[in-house]
Amino acid sequence: MFAYYLRLGMNSLRRSPALTLLMVMAIGIGVAASMITYSVFRAVSGNPIPGKSARLFTPQIDAWGPQQNLRGEPAEALGYIDAMALMRAHEGKRKTLLYPVQLSVIPGGNRDLPLNASGYAVTSDFFAMFDVPFRYGSGWSAQDDDAHANDVVISSGLDQKLFGGADSVGRTLNLGGHDYRVVGVASHWNPRPRFYDLFSTSGFADEPDVYMVFNRALDLQMRTGGRNSCRGSLAYTSWQGYLQSNCVWITPWVELDSPAEAEGFRRFLTNYAADQQRAGRFSWPPNVRLRDVVQWMDYEQVVPPESRISLAVALGFFLICLVNTIGLLLAKFMRRAGEIGVRRALGATRSEIYAQYLVEAGTVGLAGGVLGLLLTAVGVSGVGILFQPEIARLARLDPSLVGLTLAVAIAATVLAAFYPAWRAAHVQPAWQLKSS
Amino acid sequence: MKLHPMIAALRKHKAGVVLIALQIALTLAIVCNAIFIIGQRIDRVNRPTGLDESNLFLVTQQWVGAPSADTADGVAKLDAMQKEDLAALRNLPSVASVAPINSLPLLNSTWAGSVSTKPDRKFSDKGDNVRTAYYFTDDQAMSTLGLKIVAGRAFNAGDVQHQGFRDNPPRPIVIVTKALADKLFPQGGAVGKAIYVDGSSSPSTIVGVVARMQVPATGTWVNGFTWNATLVPSRLDANFARYAVRAKPGQMEAAMRAVAPTLYQVNPLRVLDDDSVKSFADIRAHAYRADVGMAVLMGVICLILLSVTAAGIVGLTSFWVGQRHKQIGVRRALGARKADILHYFQLENLLIAGSGAVGGVLLAIGLNMLLMKHYEMDRLPILYVLVGVAAVLLLGQGAVFVPARRASNVPPVAATRVA
Repeated sequence: MFAYYLRLGMNSLRRSPALTLLMVMAIGIGVAASMITYSVFRAVSGNPIPGKSARLFTPQIDAWGPQQNLRGEPAEALGYIDAMALMRAHEGKRKTLLYPVQLSVIPGGNRDLPLNASGYAVTSDFFAMFDVPFRYGSGWSAQDDDAHANDVVISSGLDQKLFGGADSVGRTLNLGGHDYRVVGVASHWNPRPRFYDLFSTSGFADEPDVYMVFNRALDLQMRTGGRNSCRGSLAYTSWQGYLQSNCVWITPWVELDSPAEAEGFRRFLTNYAADQQRAGRFSWPPNVRLRDVVQWMDYEQVVPPESRISLAVALGFFLICLVNTIGLLLAKFMRRAGEIGVRRALGATRSEIYAQYLVEAGTVGLAGGVLGLLLTAVGVSGVGILFQPEIARLARLDPSLVGLTLAVAIAATVLAAFYPAWRAAHVQPAWQLKSS
Repeated sequence: MKLHPMIAALRKHKAGVVLIALQIALTLAIVCNAIFIIGQRIDRVNRPTGLDESNLFLVTQQWVGAPSADTADGVAKLDAMQKEDLAALRNLPSVASVAPINSLPLLNSTWAGSVSTKPDRKFSDKGDNVRTAYYFTDDQAMSTLGLKIVAGRAFNAGDVQHQGFRDNPPRPIVIVTKALADKLFPQGGAVGKAIYVDGSSSPSTIVGVVARMQVPATGTWVNGFTWNATLVPSRLDANFARYAVRAKPGQMEAAMRAVAPTLYQVNPLRVLDDDSVKSFADIRAHAYRADVGMAVLMGVICLILLSVTAAGIVGLTSFWVGQRHKQIGVRRALGARKADILHYFQLENLLIAGSGAVGGVLLAIGLNMLLMKHYEMDRLPILYVLVGVAAVLLLGQGAVFVPARRASNVPPVAATRVA
């Protein structure tokens, strides 16, 4: 029966090509606009570390006070004093501190001009906490942290550039005039959004080239290559002065396995801030936050407003296309009231008529979906005009998007056909037969 | 023509009427807001920075193995290296002038702070505290950037100091933009007055006022102080430096090409990559990419939306014309002229589109309020709504014309035929 309805539907569509084309185009364009914007939205709002996002937290401690903080919210990063206090504490299964560094690499021998390398100063837990995959070697140990070791982990991209992609573990690398020992080569790893550094990045940046030991970077008095935010009159003149100032520039992360542990850590933060108040460093009551990855991305508003607005506009656009389709299907079905009358008189039940017209609408939806797929493929490659290249690159036409495009097109069209098909099913056969 | 029979006829097609009206209402709501967004983005992209943007480019470079900027000795060495670079660039035949500068308008690399007419102000003290962004540069800034002095004087060579990147020495003299001067000294006469930067206790004297200069950031966080720039006559010494270069007219490309070899000749131990030499036009295009993209996207969506809606009206009206074939014949046989039939369908469309437009105005305002709440949009001016209403009514009339013409061509003899 389905095949018969399909054939009837195809015949009917062929009978009024202009109307059919109109419907197919409306559905196709509507679904394409929605899918293109959705592909970007999906890319920017996705969970970058799905398995662990509920177990990774970034602590915030208000060291600026109610007069200078961010409208009641503590700063988005920590200063040196609080970051170090956090690291010394025994709470938390794993902890890391990080800040971006900008380095220059002098390639070995006399080959090339120096090149830029961006990266992070991190502590040993960084790699295990964030599931950094390794091609060669591994991260460094907590002992290396304490020894302020010259260890670095490099990206496979930098490994390719400097060592031709060979296993470079144990080789020496000159960064900014200092020698370092490569202990690991990370496989491609660039979670988007870059949840672990939303203080200095907007969440979308090229893969970091280097990870170095946090304590070593401090020894070398390496300034942050990212954001630095201070309050009040800046009186410091030296590196030590800078470290003791209220400037924030270090992002801390802790891994906590259960809600109870998270509660415990929150208590620890409150107690720490209370201690600081008692010691006279803070003249305000504890104001701390402990946000997990998803909450942190929400708070930092990672999804660009362009993405939300264009998705909303595209959905509105799709809605109009559907309203349009309802009208056109109604016109199309009711034009054949006479034919329906004949079929009903010959014994077709209402539900059979209903099914027949829904199948016909489904074929329109399928055609619209195929057109939408083509337009989506074109559009996805053109999103670069609206979004920065780092984001535009993320929008891809993958199998799930292909399936979604077709499914949405067919489902929406069938949904739109409910009312017109219902009207068709309720055609009075006697009336139609009499009038014609 | 009486409306009564028309409304009676429309009641027979409730679903179709509601669908067209709904489609027009939604179209109006989206198109009004989309055009408003386009207008806003165009305004934003077209605002002048205050610079003479032609023949201007920026060099960003980083030294390798540079001395530390945290020691007096290192700062002195870095400053010597910077002065060498500046001298070499200024010597280029294609270059008119060069100024070291920490950032440029639209570059989105901002040193922000606040200035006050009173000393020792805390950052958050509102009132006489005004937010600003700093440009650290030298005496060639005015000619290089093409800034216009409207009061006082430009920096001269004697004013120029230098400082480590993170140092905060007193800044005895500054130049501010007119917008900032007006905010600090509403009574005017800013030149010669003292201000205090970042809660400092030592005064900075305003020696000049420039007509206009935008801050580097383009994001919403600078919305309150986009035109409040402060220029400080001091070279920043760090392991990197930025130089603004004005090429001689017509020699922009030659000047840009000459930069890398010249700087490498001075000192090969530095990083200069593809992004290091950037024309101001590129900086501008990069800063406003999302705004231009948004305007284009909204424009395309509006166009497609209007065509889809027009096509929908054509489709449904054609259907009605087919359905009423016989009735039209009867009317014609009873003496109605072709024009009467044409006007009937036109008026009918006006009625439907009009009621849709009423709903659309409400939807448009609702959508605008939603956008205002979530995306820092402004209130939709009523003019946009009125133009939108006129546009959808015209669209309806244009779309209905073809089927209405066909209806008016139905011959009176159709009345005698079986439908």
